[in-house]
Amino acid sequence: MADGAHTAGADDGETRRDFLLLTTVAMGAVGVGSVAWPIIDSMNPSAEVLALASTEVDLSPMSEGQRITVTWRGNPVFIDYRTEEQIEEARGVDIETLRDPELDQDRVQEAKWLIIIGVCTHLGCVPLGQKVGDPRGDFGGWFCPCHGSHYDTSGRIRKGPAPLNLPVPPYAMSDGKVLIG
Amino acid sequence: MSKTNSNPLVRWIDHRLPVFTFLDHELHEYPTPRNLNYWWNFGSLAGIVLVIMIVTGIMLAMQYTAHVDYAFESVERIMRDVNYGWLLRYIHMNGASFFFIVVYIHIFRGLYYGSYKAPRELLWILGVVILLVMMATAFMGYVLPWGQMSFWGAKVITNLFSAIPGIGESIVIWLWGGFTVDNPTLNRFFSLHYLLPFILVAIVVLHLVALHRFGSNNPLGIDAKGPQDKIPFHPYYTIKDAFGLGVFFLFFAWVVFFYPNFFGEPDNYIPANPLSTPAHIVPEWYFLPFYAILRSIPSKLGGVIAMFGAIAILFIVPWLDRSPVRSGKFRSWGFKILFWLLFVDCIILGVVGANPPEGSWLTVGRLATAWYFLHFLLFLPLLSVYEKPKPLPHSISEPVLKGGGSPAGALSQPMEKA
Repeated sequence: MADGAHTAGADDGETRRDFLLLTTVAMGAVGVGSVAWPIIDSMNPSAEVLALASTEVDLSPMSEGQRITVTWRGNPVFIDYRTEEQIEEARGVDIETLRDPELDQDRVQEAKWLIIIGVCTHLGCVPLGQKVGDPRGDFGGWFCPCHGSHYDTSGRIRKGPAPLNLPVPPYAMSDGKVLIG
Repeated sequence: MSKTNSNPLVRWIDHRLPVFTFLDHELHEYPTPRNLNYWWNFGSLAGIVLVIMIVTGIMLAMQYTAHVDYAFESVERIMRDVNYGWLLRYIHMNGASFFFIVVYIHIFRGLYYGSYKAPRELLWILGVVILLVMMATAFMGYVLPWGQMSFWGAKVITNLFSAIPGIGESIVIWLWGGFTVDNPTLNRFFSLHYLLPFILVAIVVLHLVALHRFGSNNPLGIDAKGPQDKIPFHPYYTIKDAFGLGVFFLFFAWVVFFYPNFFGEPDNYIPANPLSTPAHIVPEWYFLPFYAILRSIPSKLGGVIAMFGAIAILFIVPWLDRSPVRSGKFRSWGFKILFWLLFVDCIILGVVGANPPEGSWLTVGRLATAWYFLHFLLFLPLLSVYEKPKPLPHSISEPVLKGGGSPAGALSQPMEKA
């Protein structure tokens, strides 16, 4: 591209030609960049997708030991009304032995309510364990049928290929209700 | 450049797949007449607008829903909720108008400078095919937002085919996929609106192959006599095209950012209602002259034939104009007057097309239609036989340098090295 400019500018000082060339290319790059961004950004979540970012759930009809699934941002969220045994089991683990060490206390706001995003951290399948009769894996939590990841009663990864615990979404509890997101 | 390219990877690839040599040959050293004026910018400009339309169109297609119940709202969602959706849509919407502005100027340039004459007849014919495919694409794109003008435009234009004797009705039902413009119609229009621009790219490639066979025509309309009459495409015309592109973007951005609905019809922001035709339906401005021709013939079939004939006649312009002189510059004053009268005639037809077909508008429309066809079928052929053209210069460089070709040859030496 610069060939013509260099040939012509060789005799009477190259700086002027080079300056013009560089500023032109720089302006062109700014122009291309400023239209490239709107094009790329248009594929990001749009305003009405972001507006769906919170879900409210009434917990009062739930009974101990019951698990329900709600939708938040299009993904399943598991709400588990845990029994005393399940809480004890989750708290009795030496976290040094875990793949993604996290205390059960840090994963809940109230011990009996475990609220986690039900998307396997391996490759995104929904783990089983929500329905009565579902396999719950070796640790009594959830079992992902796609590639065999086992989660415990705190939703922490214990066995299988998944690298991380089932994530906890941001939520706030009040008056027997939970607002997720 | 490529054969001596310092980058060994470029040389390795080029030896096996000579794309760099090809690009170098067609875009860099490609010898171009040295005297092209700014009217020659509009070809590359049209190509760039086509690319802009395809890029913004692909992004819009990611957000659009081709269904009668959702189409209108999905377009409003693009305008309100999608990040920069308003920008993409306004660029696409106004890009169509600017595409036609650029292409119409390109066509009138060809008509004035005789760019359709031997040996460039096929180049010209491919250009007319491009115009036709563009029109079909633009028409189907206008239907997609599913506003009132979209719907009734689609209904009226598809009904043109019902004028075909005997099989017309069946053809229209086939086009619609039903008994009126409805969901099947919208779906197939979306499919075709996405397909046709790529067909357009293929025809543009053929247009360029035909162009590069003999190179660009030029304002003098004479063939280059030797290397002194030509300069390499890069950097001379890349920079000239880039400058023109910058000026074009000023106009384009001005409309997109300040008057985005200037070319549009307010009625198209009313959702389509198959039970109620707007009082005054008009096509997009770029169809208005043809629409005026359609309405000025008091017969359904006749009007349709005249409208398509107005474009079809362009195909045979290379044989209607018998003059061996290409450039209007060296033709009689009669040619120049005829050329500008044709231009004014097209403007008048456009104005007539925008107004209701009654009273004096109808008379003006009929006269202008008659003039359009007489221009091509009578005046141009007769003039080209009887006129006495001015003497042509001996070479492209001669009128510029007065003294003949040698100084130009000397000048062009370092350029050819580059």
